[in-house]
Amino acid sequence: MADTHNGRIEIEGVTKRFLTPSGEIFTAIKDVSFTVEPGQFCAVVGPTGCGKSTTLGMVSGLDKPSEGTVKVGGKVVDGITDGVSFMFQADALLPWKTVLANVALGPIFRGVGKAEAQTRARDWLRRVGLAGFEDRYPHQLSGGMRKRVAMAAALINEPKILMMDEPFGALDVQTKAIMSNELLGLWEQSRPAVLFITHDLDEAVALADKVVVMTSSPGTVKAVYDIDLPRPRGSVQDIRFEPRFLELQHQIWDTLREEVERAYARTSGAPTKEGKAA
Amino acid sequence: MSTASTSATGAPVDAVARAAQSDAAKAAKRAVQRRKASVWAGRIGFAVLFLGGWELAARTNTIDPFFYGQPSGIWKSLQNLFTNGTEFGSIYANIWVTMQEALIGFAIGAVAGVIVGVALGQSRYLADVLGPYIKIVNAIPRIVLGSIFIVAFGLGTLPKILLAAVLVFFVVFFNAFQGVREVDRNILANAKVLGASRLQVTRHVIVPSALTWIIASLHSAFGFAIVGALVGEVLGSQQGLGLIIKQAQNQFDPNTVFAAMFLIAALVLMAEWVIGKFEHWLLSWRPAAPSEASNAI
Repeated sequence: MADTHNGRIEIEGVTKRFLTPSGEIFTAIKDVSFTVEPGQFCAVVGPTGCGKSTTLGMVSGLDKPSEGTVKVGGKVVDGITDGVSFMFQADALLPWKTVLANVALGPIFRGVGKAEAQTRARDWLRRVGLAGFEDRYPHQLSGGMRKRVAMAAALINEPKILMMDEPFGALDVQTKAIMSNELLGLWEQSRPAVLFITHDLDEAVALADKVVVMTSSPGTVKAVYDIDLPRPRGSVQDIRFEPRFLELQHQIWDTLREEVERAYARTSGAPTKEGKAA
Repeated sequence: MSTASTSATGAPVDAVARAAQSDAAKAAKRAVQRRKASVWAGRIGFAVLFLGGWELAARTNTIDPFFYGQPSGIWKSLQNLFTNGTEFGSIYANIWVTMQEALIGFAIGAVAGVIVGVALGQSRYLADVLGPYIKIVNAIPRIVLGSIFIVAFGLGTLPKILLAAVLVFFVVFFNAFQGVREVDRNILANAKVLGASRLQVTRHVIVPSALTWIIASLHSAFGFAIVGALVGEVLGSQQGLGLIIKQAQNQFDPNTVFAAMFLIAALVLMAEWVIGKFEHWLLSWRPAAPSEASNAI
């Protein structure tokens, strides 16, 4: 691949403001800068309302920054970014399409023929362990299975960037661990750059190469940590007991705690201007 | 020792449990059947009470059958309509004319409503510009348009089709419009990121998503189509059930008016049934509603 076509994400001095319905200006994120290298797994952690999702929206091209630039592969993002896939906390599956048709949508949207798209979709469903479920509808599957379908649907276009907005946030702890392991396994095969949003610090440290800690209201980058745990990581349940994991986790938690407490005080205490807007 | 005794008694205990279970299933089935029977008994009882009371009140002159008709008279009128026909040809020809007007009007109104609703629902600008006008048009009693259509297009079927189409259009349009606005934002964003073009987003995401709303509106919309056709016929026509009603009204014959009314009700119920089947087929992906999933006993 040419150098311009890689998945390097450069976020430079990005500020995003919204006009609230009451006419006030709300700054979601302010002067955010960080870089994700091609093939790097980057987790963004921060308290609720710190503009994590806003950041993702701008990298994907769904949204535009008010100030600053977002570059993907050296090109400024303008319109939907090429080679990006998204995974949300809520299901983004089409409930009226079968599992197979849902996964085949990616290639079909890119102009691949129906038969070819279905062959690829079948292959991906097999890879996420859902062979035999092609003809089910999403509502007939469990939460974890729906996540696997979403994962297959996100990876089938072989994205150079995978963006995940608290993808496993709604799952129970056991299912979450299983899905994290599967995600790592699939990621190791194709190695897209990953921008992974979560408020679960353990999850962030276990999965990522790099953890970006954000403050809230307005969201800014507070610190960036490199996670030097060796890869392949193995099971995310086991890595939690390794000394280096605990060391990193404590270190980052010290930074994060202050922010979380501040955000908590704001949302649970007397409503302020910012609290209302968020 | 204890294991030996359980294995020895295991088989009979198992059989007893199975028998108990099948007994419970039989009892449950009987309970469901009993309930069904009692519902039907109630339904039939209600009809007998209603029609019988009406007939009795008419015969004892508690209500004046000259104005309010009576079930036996309505039955005679129905027989008369089917055996002797009407002044405007056989009853079948008249039913066919009305149904034709309603069906064509329904099709035109529904298709136009879906297209305009989906288009406006997707364009914020157009929705903002046209919003107040749509509200105004919606506030106008559109049934009055029938008079204009009849003056403009004569006594044929065209003005009735137009009136039915106008009535249907607004019902379907509002639902399609609302349905498009209710599309899940995540699904929309996901389709866009996956590389869907505008047309693909419309076809794969927006229309199917709005379909639940649109189909719900079709049920009431068909009723409006029939109303449009009938009112058009009453206002001026050469054939149709509306004309039969008007004629009966002029001859002080409430029984024929009621007879035509029941005929129309039967036609609408048939159309409802077809729409229901269509709905079931289109929305087969949906999970069963809790009310139809299982019978509590």
